Amino acid sequence: MSDPILEARDVHFGYRHAAPVLAGVSFAVRPGRSMALVGESGAGKTTLLRLLLGLARPGSGAILFDGRELDLRDRARRLEFRRGVQTVFQDPYSSLDPRQRVSRIVAEPLRSLGLGSAVADRDTSRSSGLGSAIVGPDVSRTDRQAEIRRRVTAALDSVGLPADAADRYPHEFSGGQRQRIAIARAIVCEPRVLLADEPVSALDVTTRVRIVDLLAELTRERGLTVVMVSHDLGVVATLCEDIAVLERGRIVERGAIDTVLGSPSHPYTRRLIASAPRLPSGRS
Amino acid sequence: MSLLTVNGLSVHSPDGRALVRDLSFSIGPGERLGLIGESGSGKSLTALAIMGLLPAGMTVSGSVVLDAPGMPATEVVGAPSRRLDRLRGRAATTVFQEPLTALDPLMRVGRQVAEPLRRWRGLRGAALREATLSALTEVRLSDPERIARAYPHEISGGQRQRVAIAMALACEPALLIADEPTTALDVSVQADVLSLLANLIAARGMSLLFITHDLAVVAGVTDRVLVMRDGTAVESGTVLDIVTAPREPYTRDLVDSARTFDEALNRRKP
Repeated sequence: MSDPILEARDVHFGYRHAAPVLAGVSFAVRPGRSMALVGESGAGKTTLLRLLLGLARPGSGAILFDGRELDLRDRARRLEFRRGVQTVFQDPYSSLDPRQRVSRIVAEPLRSLGLGSAVADRDTSRSSGLGSAIVGPDVSRTDRQAEIRRRVTAALDSVGLPADAADRYPHEFSGGQRQRIAIARAIVCEPRVLLADEPVSALDVTTRVRIVDLLAELTRERGLTVVMVSHDLGVVATLCEDIAVLERGRIVERGAIDTVLGSPSHPYTRRLIASAPRLPSGRS
Repeated sequence: MSLLTVNGLSVHSPDGRALVRDLSFSIGPGERLGLIGESGSGKSLTALAIMGLLPAGMTVSGSVVLDAPGMPATEVVGAPSRRLDRLRGRAATTVFQEPLTALDPLMRVGRQVAEPLRRWRGLRGAALREATLSALTEVRLSDPERIARAYPHEISGGQRQRVAIAMALACEPALLIADEPTTALDVSVQADVLSLLANLIAARGMSLLFITHDLAVVAGVTDRVLVMRDGTAVESGTVLDIVTAPREPYTRDLVDSARTFDEALNRRKP
């Protein structure tokens, strides 16, 4: 089995004078095996995602990135981590800056991660596809602009948006298209992992199918691994290979999704599965 | 005779766009109808139009007649608000999606449930207190005395929605309109609230208009569904017919989408 890209090792997290939010959480995200973090409100799903993103630090235990403890104080490692791990949020209406054109929104990771800087230049070992075109520090400003533009167009294209979307503003797009913009922004720097917090729950069901299809395509064609927080078992069963079920800050069950959904061993998992509303089949 | 008859209902926005167009359907006593559609389909506006609660500036045309037992049949469209006040709560009442906004945050839950009981059944004192607690017990809230003393923020989302249901049922309405009543709830809580709603409605012989975007949810609650898109009715029929043999392309798209996620759950081998 290949080495995990991201790993939580006996992670605890809590606030003073309150019950712990996370207690003894351990799991590994391996390349090519998209992972679902499933649970109900207050289970600690979003907190866990914030820890995986380095937005908060565990009280005890560790988050590991490529086998080393996540340390975002080191600039080089922070840039490396941000290039490798990107995120998409639940609400496509609040996660995009309404005053910026789509081209600027999508290009943001390229700018903040220093396309053309020494760090990006050094990082040629993982070059593939778009990532091969890392531009050195000596390249002129216009060339850099052209390169950013090229990558933005490619990212928009791979999420199924037309090139002219780049010159428009977020309010001109529907919820599903906005989520595509958010995904384009996340994949523009060719990350290996996409952390997605309920990425489709704010969308209509027909749109939901299209976005899940898009994520599945990105995992197939770009070797992207998705870590998805969701309460919707149908959605995660469509996309993910592995699952961890969280209840009140603890992982009560985890493993291959076929096994966990097919023969759940924990009562809470069984209750979640039994609660999922189902369509009448009509076929007997 | 139908309890609710909607005929040629249209709703226009202040700038003249048609948000609901020429919608007609009816619900008989004890019947349950699901109104299903995606965002912008006009399903919630339809619910508001039935209650005469459309936002200012919207114009309504067509007819909405509520004919509840023991009350004169009333045309809602164009009716003065004094007449509508007599209908609301008794002929028809609504449970909304978000119980936190449906409840007054500054008032204890018990007082909010007591209010319609006091107004409609004329109860006072100990009898009112008794009726409040029994209303909370009926929606299967354990420890109703504690819930009655609590403020809305002190109880969970599922408990709040149960309180909202208790308030809606307090006046024994003939028609309950439930607008996405479980969308804000966790799945296991949703399952409980849905079965509670179904049982209460069956036990009281009430009619139900259930509004949702989720085919699987509506399938468990109502017998018939009406599919809406862009303010118009696309197709209607029994839940089973719609789900197994949709006639319109839009309905097929909707069913196929829901089916994708549903079948992903089936594919999982034991």
